[in-house]
This record gives sequence, structure tokens and C-alpha cells, in this order.
Amino acid sequence: MAIYTKEEARKILEKAISFSTADACVINLNGSDSGNIRYARNTVSTSGQRSNQTLVIQSNFGLKSGVSTIDEFDDASLEKVVKRSEELARLSPENPEFIGPLGPQNYDDSSTFSEATANITPEYRAKVAESSINPAASKDVTAAGFFNNSAGFSAMINSNGLFAYNQSTNVDFTVTMRTNDGTGSGWVTRDFNDISKFDATEASNAAISKAVLSREAKAIEPGKYTVILEPAASIGLLQNMFRSFDARTADEGRSFMSKEGGGTKLGEKIVDERINVYSDPLNTEVPTATWNSEGQPLKKMNWIENGVVKNLAYDRFWAKEKGIEPVPFLSNGIMEGGDASLEDLIKSTKKGILVTRLWYIRNVDPQTLLYTGLTRDGTFYIENGKIKHPVKNFRFNESPIIMLNNLETLGQQVRVDGNLIPYMKIREFTFTSLSDAV
Amino acid sequence: MKRRKFIQYAGLGAGAIMVPSLLFGNTISAEELLNPGMDILIKKNMADVALNTAKSAGATYADARIGRYLNQYVFTREDKVQNVVNTESFGIGIRVIANGTWGFASTNTVSEDGIKTATLQAVAIAKANSRIQKDPVKLAPVASHGEVSWKTPIVKDFKDVPVSEKVDLLLTANAAAMSNGADFVNSALFMVNEQKYFASTEGSYIDQDIHRIWPTFGVTAIDKKANKFKSRQALSAPMGMGYEYMDGLDSEKITGPAGVQLYRNSYDMVEDATAAAKQAKEKLSAKSVDAGKYDLVLEPNHLGLTIHESVGHPLELDRVLGYEANYAGTSFASLEKLNSKNFQYGSDIVNLVADKTYPSSLGNVGYDDEGVKTKKWDLVRNGILTNFQGIRDQVHMIGQNESHGCCYAQSWNDVQFQRMPNVSLEAGTEKYSVDAMIKDVEKGIYIAGRGSYSIDQQRYNFQFGGTLFYEIKDGKIVGMLDDVAYQSNTQEFWNSCTKICDKDDYRVFGTFFDGKGQPSQSSAVSHGSSTTRFNGVKVINTGRSI
Repeated sequence: MAIYTKEEARKILEKAISFSTADACVINLNGSDSGNIRYARNTVSTSGQRSNQTLVIQSNFGLKSGVSTIDEFDDASLEKVVKRSEELARLSPENPEFIGPLGPQNYDDSSTFSEATANITPEYRAKVAESSINPAASKDVTAAGFFNNSAGFSAMINSNGLFAYNQSTNVDFTVTMRTNDGTGSGWVTRDFNDISKFDATEASNAAISKAVLSREAKAIEPGKYTVILEPAASIGLLQNMFRSFDARTADEGRSFMSKEGGGTKLGEKIVDERINVYSDPLNTEVPTATWNSEGQPLKKMNWIENGVVKNLAYDRFWAKEKGIEPVPFLSNGIMEGGDASLEDLIKSTKKGILVTRLWYIRNVDPQTLLYTGLTRDGTFYIENGKIKHPVKNFRFNESPIIMLNNLETLGQQVRVDGNLIPYMKIREFTFTSLSDAV
Repeated sequence: MKRRKFIQYAGLGAGAIMVPSLLFGNTISAEELLNPGMDILIKKNMADVALNTAKSAGATYADARIGRYLNQYVFTREDKVQNVVNTESFGIGIRVIANGTWGFASTNTVSEDGIKTATLQAVAIAKANSRIQKDPVKLAPVASHGEVSWKTPIVKDFKDVPVSEKVDLLLTANAAAMSNGADFVNSALFMVNEQKYFASTEGSYIDQDIHRIWPTFGVTAIDKKANKFKSRQALSAPMGMGYEYMDGLDSEKITGPAGVQLYRNSYDMVEDATAAAKQAKEKLSAKSVDAGKYDLVLEPNHLGLTIHESVGHPLELDRVLGYEANYAGTSFASLEKLNSKNFQYGSDIVNLVADKTYPSSLGNVGYDDEGVKTKKWDLVRNGILTNFQGIRDQVHMIGQNESHGCCYAQSWNDVQFQRMPNVSLEAGTEKYSVDAMIKDVEKGIYIAGRGSYSIDQQRYNFQFGGTLFYEIKDGKIVGMLDDVAYQSNTQEFWNSCTKICDKDDYRVFGTFFDGKGQPSQSSAVSHGSSTTRFNGVKVINTGRSI
């Protein structure tokens, strides 16, 4: 059993810190149990079970740090690991950017743990695979999927009196359904903290429908098109944009957030005024821990408000340099949506492309946040409010900044990869070539 | 979690290079890296506990991998050491076949009880999943090797080199970059030692000691007034070598077109950082490319990544068969194309080989992770597709009865599966230099070093950038270009290959982070080639204004 309760974790951490003789000391204790099943060709392939626990201690003498790790927690082992980190600290070079540990903090209670998720068995996982394989086989479709469940905890203590603890569970599911004639492919992704929200049959059937609908795609000319991006399609580009909300690289002049002549784009309008992005660890759909690995409390934070950059993340060193309060990185990305369903968005489109997913996204130019990648697993041509036919996949070269400036309509939100992202209709999305891939 | 931990160690902000799996393991001192680890006799006894437990529980096959993974990383920026990290990871992974189905479990409790528990878990998983198994696992025969060992032929073990020497080298390279016009520089040194013990019920006990090294940096030059920044990455390659790669021997240097300094089996980091700063500054005012068709002259440190994506991956048998359909994807290179014996993958001068035995390469080992002796074999000969890359449980599906020896797991904690061997383009057989090649091009671009890369899930359509671009006009380099990316289709591209330089120009590119599988695993692989010409490739301009 790798999951310690709050009190069990506190006992180990307090014991460990009692051995410390350093100027400062931070100890993290983490553990997780996880299991997975993988299937392809309508049969099971590999699967496994993993369990681990780790205690990481960082000791400091002045600006010198030493880190040491152990996975045994008896008193002698704890004393050994503390001493080892102190020896390493004494030998290490000084880090002029070192900032001492935080004092005690108040954290909100998180809702990241679900007992039902923690109790998933190998038999449950086999049933998830069956929920894909059986309906696929009956429709001349081949299923390939992956289901992973995990339960874990994180705790930390430091020499300034801080203590933090969190438990969380997670399930991730993806399945690709390919028609046996090789001309159609569909895919879905689902992720939840609470397994009771997951329906393997519904998800598998959605992928089968896409696969069947996408058979015998027609080629249309690449170029600029109005697109409806499902949340699973836009998330890759958006996450890359979220990662660029870093004040230091912007101040240094090497980020798309850098301003001409120096400084950052903080306070500037960079995208359509209907775009609002925030993070919130207490959101019930996408909960996260309420503290990060440095022990900083995580609260609701606005990043883009009415198209304007509202905040950039400042780590503790950079905040000190700039004489402001630190701003922790976002723990989840929540983009406000609208009321339109996917059907509504299709109905209101005269000519456009519906995109299920963008794949193999890579940065082309960090200056403009230009990315390239391809559509995959269900790309459809829309004409006069209806899906007319599937189209061959495209390669795109586009920046999320340009994309969010070309916003037509925001639709309903969906959880994807721990974020809450709306369906979006975007005009003039840039496709630069065709792909024969199915 | 691992990526976050990496960024924390590296002191790198978001958006920095992604290194997902390096930091698997516990942090230890540099001195502890020198500890020899568990005695080989004990490893044999422990492996036998797993094999015997599996057989008693009803498994028809079992293998055990006892792994000790020692890594050292040094991270710096400008004149600061950000972090020095030493990690050790030790444990055992047990894979079994029961009721015709695979099962796997791992543990870091390498004791008789710990191993028995994990083995029984692996057997229980195999049995639970056999209910939905349609094609019982069938293994190609393998030789019983008895007790054997293999070691990367290194000259200098990184563990014997003081950390201070490594830190000094990186800080000297950083200083060289800064004094030559760089605004920022991040540099890092990654050193890996995999000590792997493999045993299986086929009668093999294989002890291997594998070394890899990767020095790298990113130099950035900034024009604040114009709000423009340009970066230039290192032209090093990760190698299957010891610390001797850092010697910077003149005999291993190659001067390319436009004076670009290139490296074979020895790397001069200070010299490369100096050049990088000057070239990053030059990029700030380089001509933005005119989109259109060009003849491309691709340098090996660039071409390696194109080989990796457009040849290495599509010829992986598990992708061809559909086992990777849900993640990495499938392949355009179907069984029918192989069986036709006339699928023209490339022009008739294109010969692509898979090779797990090439010295100094990342894929070079004596035996793979299921006890198969490694070898070299043809994938494409005279332009025709001739074979895939397969392992024991899959080669029977293409009518072969011998594994190609390319099974790998990134750690004891992960299950082994088919991974790409080194896949390389053979050098041209006629004497032909890079200078001669440039002279023959009327309208072209010379590209050195890796850049942005993206390819579809069946490996038809790709787009590649690069580190350095130079315009070729009427047989001469006329200046630096920027905003260059080329797009093509794999078969079209390889059939547009018209010239390959000779073996004097041959060298390997490599990557530590070839990702595949669910849960995702990283594998290290090299790709050899000489500078090669491709005619009439579509080039796009990637410049935008926002």
C-alpha cells in the first residue's frame, strides 16, 4: 500500500526533519499505485501494475543545496537520508538564485480524491477493454486503446513550519477505432478524478461512430478555412500557449510575451475580447491540489481577461528581483465557453471543417508561437450547416494567438487532459498541405 | 510528474526543452555512482527466483530484468551552475506468458519475497487478461546464450571524471558564447549508465554495461529594439560513448559549407558555443526564405531526424501490424508493400540498414531486452522495401522465424517492446565530397542540424526545420536564410534522392528521447548518413507577424 494518510505522512516527515542540522530543509513525500491495460487488433496486448513511494529531502547551508532521496522510512533510513543531503549540500556550488523555504501557509481543501477510483481492479480494466473490443468487432472496426488508473498522495514539510498534504486519483482513457477497410479512423479521450463519471461504452461508441463516418475521405485543397475545433483538437495549442505565460522569459526578451523595446505584454490585449482564461484548483470538474511543489497556495487566478493578459507567472526568485509577489504557474487551464453545442456550431457554418484532433504538434517559431501538426481521426467538411463528407487530413501551420484573434463562436466546455476547454469556431485557420494518412 | 521534476532540477522555465524520463531514480552522491552494485551471482539467484516462481504459478515463459540505472546531469546558464544531479534506480521487472497472454509487474524490493510477490502479480494479470485474448502469444525461437556479458567500449567512464571538470567545461562554453554576442545560454551534460542483467526461461543470463553521453546547449541572441530573438542549438550528437566524446579532437572535425564546423566522434563544445553565438546573431538579420521548390543538401546531423521519422518509425513492425494504432499510429508501409518485393521506397541509390552493432551509436548493445543477440539487416536495398524491425512475438506474422533483436524497455519498471534500432542511410559508393555536391546545385538550400519536426500518424506527410540554413545559387553558398521549413511525402522525398556523399562524410545523429508506447517510454537511437541531395522539395516560409 503506497498511499499514506495525512497523519501517517506527517509522522514520517516530522521524524525526518527532526534529524536536520542544516540552515534550511524541505522534505517531500510522494507515493502512488497505478495499473494499466493496453489493447490493439481487438485483443489485449500488454498491461501492468506499478507502485512506488519516495521521500526527497533538500538541505541548505547558505546558498548551497543538496538533494537526496530514499524509499525506506524507518528511523535509521530517515536519519541516513538527511545526513546524505547535508553532505551533498556542503560539497555543492552556490546557487545565487536560491530562495529559502516558505513559512506556514493556509490551503483550501481539495476534491481530487475518489475512493472508487482508488479501488479499481485488474478485472475492471479488462472490462473497459471489452467495452471497446466487443462493439468494435460487431461493426467491422478494430479497437486499440489504453486505460490507466492511479491513486497517489503528496506531502511536504519544511524547516520554517510549513506542512501540506494532498491525495488524488485519476483515470485516463483513449481509444482509436479503425474501420477494417483501412479508410476510416475515430478517436476519443476521457480523463477524470472520479471513475463514476467515466462510461467506457459511451466513449467507445463515440469513437466507432467517428470511424464509420470518416470512411473514404475526399481530398480538398489546403488553404485558410473556417474550422470547428473540438476541445481535444485545440487543447494541444492552448497548453503550449499556457506554458508561455512566464514573466522571466518575457522580461528577458525571448518569449512571444516580450514587448517591443523591452518589458512584457502584461496588460495588453493579445486575443479576441471574448477570450477569458483562468485557473482554479477548486473547480469541481477539473480539481487540482491546492498547493504546488514549493508549498505555494494555489488560488483562482485570471490569466486572460477580455482578451487582455492579466497575469504572468513569477517564480519566487524572479518575483524578488522585480520586487513583487510571486505568481505560481497555472495548475489547470479553464477557458470560458458559451452555450452553443457542437450541433449548433455546425448548423451555423456555411462552409468549414470539423476537426476531432490535432496531432504531432511541434513549435516552428517561438517568437510568434507558430506550431505545426496534423488533423487526425475524424476531419469533416461542413456545407450549409451540415456535415457533407469526411476530408483527408491536413497539415496546419498556425499560432494559438492568431487562432484566438480569429474567433467566431465559443461553444460549450468539455474536460480534456485536466483542463476545461470550449468547442470553438475559428475563421481563417491555416492548412498548408494534405496528408494521405488515415 | 517526471517532466515537472526535470524542470525543477534543470531550473528551466516552462516551454524549455522537454526531457520526460531522465530523472527516473533516486538522487545519490557522485561517489556512490562508483559503487559496483549487486554481485552478479546474487543477480542470477534473484532472477532464478522470478523464473521459478513464474513457472510454478503456471507461466509457460518468463524473463526477469534486474536493472541499475546511474545517471549524472549538470545544468548551467550563463555564469551559473543551476544543478548537478546524480540518480540511481534499482529494481526488477518480470514478464511472463500465462494462458497465452503477457503479464508484467515490477518492484524495487529486490529480495526473494519482493520478487515472488511481483512475479505472482504478473502471472495474475496475464490470467485475468487471457479471458479477452484472441491471439495467443507465439515467440520466435532464440538461442540459449548461457552466462554472457557485453560492455560499451568506452575509453573514459563519466563516473571517474570529477564533477568540477564537467562544470568548468560547461561554464567555459557559456563564457565563450557570451563573449561572442550571445544574450543567454543554457547548457547541459547528460551521462547515462545502464547496468542490465537479463535472464529468461530460455536459458540465457546476460550481463550488460551500457554508456551514453549527450552534451548540449541553446544560445539565444536578442534584438530588443525590434523585439526579435533567435536561437542556435548545439551541433553535438548524443552518443553511445564515454566521456572521451568531450575531447574535441581535431581529427574528428569536419568543416562544412559556409565554414560550419561539424563533429564526428569527438565534440569541441567551446568551439561550437563560440560559433553558435555568432550564428545566432547572424540569424537576426538573415534573409527570410522565398517559398518554393529547392534542391536540398542535407547534412547528417540534420538528415538523421528525417531518417528517424520517415524511415525508422514507418518500418517498425508493431506499427505496421496496428499495435501502436492508439498512440504513435500505424504505417503507410503495409505488409502488402513488403510482400510485393517491388515497393519503391526510394530512388535506386537509397540503401537503408538497421544496425544494433554500429560502434559509438546509441542503439549499440550486445543483446536486446529479450535475450536476442543483436545484428545488422537491410530495410531498403536499391530503393526497394525489403524488411521491417520485429521482435520475438511478432516476426511470425511476417513469415519469419528469427527476431531482429530490437526489444527494449527504458527501465526495470517498464515492460519491454519493439523499439527502433539504429536506422542509417549507407554512404555513396563513388568518391563525392560535400563541396562537389554544392557545386552541382543551381537553386538549393544547405541545412545543418536539427529543428522543428512533425509527421502524420502513418508517416506520409512531414515538415522539418533545421538549425542553420544557407542559400545555394549556381553552385555557391550565397548567404544565411531564415524561416525555412520543408514539407514532403515520405515516398516522394526518398525517390527525389539523387546524390549521396561518400563515407568520408559519414557520421551519426542521435536522440535520447524517441517516444513510443502506453505508458510512454523513451529510447535512445542513432542514425548515420553522409550529406545527401534531394531534388525539388517544397519549402515554406514560417515567418508570421502577431
